[in-house]
Amino acid sequence: MNLILISAIWGIVMMFSGLFVKDKSQAKNIAIGGALLLLIVNLLDVKGISIFHSDFGGMLSYDLFGYIFLTLVSVSLLVYFLLSGKEIQQVGNHPFEYFALIFFIMSGIGLVSFFNNLLILFLGIEIISIPLYILTGSDKRNLKSNEAALKYFLMGSFSTGIMLLGIAFLYGAAGSFQLAQFQYAGDKEGLFLILGMVFVLISLAFKVSAAPFHFWTPDVYDGAPTVFTSFMATIVKVAFFVAYVNLFLNAFEGSKLKWQLAVAVVTALTLFIGNITAVYQQSVKRMLAYSSIAQAGFMLLAVFTINDMARQGLLLYTVAYCFATIGIFAVLSKMKDFTFDGFNGLASKEPLLAAVLTVFLLSLAGIPLTAGFFAKYFMLAAAVKAGTYLWLVIFAVLMAAVSVYYYFRVITAMYFKEGEGQVIETTASFRYVLLFAAVVIVLLGVFPNQLLLDWLNLG
Amino acid sequence: MPINYYVILAMSLFSIGVVGVLTRRNAIIIFMCIELMLNAVNLLLVAFSKMHYANLAGGSATANVGTEAQLFVFFIMVVAAAEVSVGLAIIVMMYRNIHSVDVNFLNRLKH
Repeated sequence: MNLILISAIWGIVMMFSGLFVKDKSQAKNIAIGGALLLLIVNLLDVKGISIFHSDFGGMLSYDLFGYIFLTLVSVSLLVYFLLSGKEIQQVGNHPFEYFALIFFIMSGIGLVSFFNNLLILFLGIEIISIPLYILTGSDKRNLKSNEAALKYFLMGSFSTGIMLLGIAFLYGAAGSFQLAQFQYAGDKEGLFLILGMVFVLISLAFKVSAAPFHFWTPDVYDGAPTVFTSFMATIVKVAFFVAYVNLFLNAFEGSKLKWQLAVAVVTALTLFIGNITAVYQQSVKRMLAYSSIAQAGFMLLAVFTINDMARQGLLLYTVAYCFATIGIFAVLSKMKDFTFDGFNGLASKEPLLAAVLTVFLLSLAGIPLTAGFFAKYFMLAAAVKAGTYLWLVIFAVLMAAVSVYYYFRVITAMYFKEGEGQVIETTASFRYVLLFAAVVIVLLGVFPNQLLLDWLNLG
Repeated sequence: MPINYYVILAMSLFSIGVVGVLTRRNAIIIFMCIELMLNAVNLLLVAFSKMHYANLAGGSATANVGTEAQLFVFFIMVVAAAEVSVGLAIIVMMYRNIHSVDVNFLNRLKH
């Protein structure tokens, strides 16, 4: 509850600072202060100290999983602001408003990680989506940004319409919006329940860019300003996944047999299309867009299995994927040339930067001793534990092997190819934060239980 | 009146909206079709609300059965209004740059 309140309030604070603070370069510092505050109040919430506590008649339900997820998201947000704060200010003339919108999105993320009612799910997803449409189009003079914003807006509101139709059918089946009601409604009004589930499944697949509903993703991620692509592809995407898993765990677990095949097919398609198309990309930014679809395929395994192990895997995925992708995008947004050739010879000019990027890419590919390995391992182990659909696990491992190819293309460009290398101006603090993210990824890759997962078991 | 009629009506409206989104090329018309989809859902929710009320009102102390769907409709209307304000701003922004609202112009991102 703390995080939901404070992020909404801090968004308003940011907007008013835009009115009263004359020095525009202060926006970043105020936002970093806000992100730090979010982290602190959320940790207080974990300890049981909250400013205001209400479950609104059972519409919200608080659990430790949600708290830990929000803590990880707050840390990622802090890292994101520290690395890319300067670029966010330079997107346009309204730096304070961009940060304000990001804080409003955080409030929506708080809602989707605690919802226990379809109304809150709907509101949370809309609170996340509507500011994102604005952020996508924030580079107003750039036609690509305009196009991306319009495409994202039309696709987003179309999928909202589908989700609402699904929610309406679910209501028709159960007579309530509380998630627990759908667990028992299975045999009463079969048709409405199944229609509702199908529509909600489709619309959430749109939101997390799962195939075959992924077609908007590469265009939107490519057209949006790079700093906001970084935010959309990481924190927001993971939040949608938490919503997805919470919904299927709390509402549809009882009717698992009915939807499991559909989710398995969507997962397999997402893994296939994401990985195979990423291989053919020439621009690193577009490659990362397809890689985010491919990683979404792995995260869908958590929706597919919905057991405790998969939820732990999702937490690990949050750290591994967010930190690595935010780091790569932060470096990318300082570069002029987004193609693979732009990375040629980076290692000889910027050895530290190249080493850190290598850690991030290895983590995304799932090489052992990085957090990405354990994230993938937990997902696959959870799917094996679920017992059915072993072909999906084998297919996922094969696709992970394909992903190594396009991640290593960047590494070989940095280390083994000759080139002038681009001038990347970095400050000392930028390097330290990047190094911190890399160290966290390696440490989590060595001791995942001690650092993260034991916390979950204590509660 | 049985619930089926309302479901069929709402689904037809929704389908008109979906077909419009998929076939029309004018951004504003596409946008109107999306609004049509949302309003079809509103109609469906109100019909289900009445259905659950009629099913359960025979018992005791269930006078507020079905009210939450009507509340949901208000939330949908509020969110749709927020979406309209953002969406029209985006369409105006695009019109300023290319002097058209035709989505066929939007192919610069395809390589």
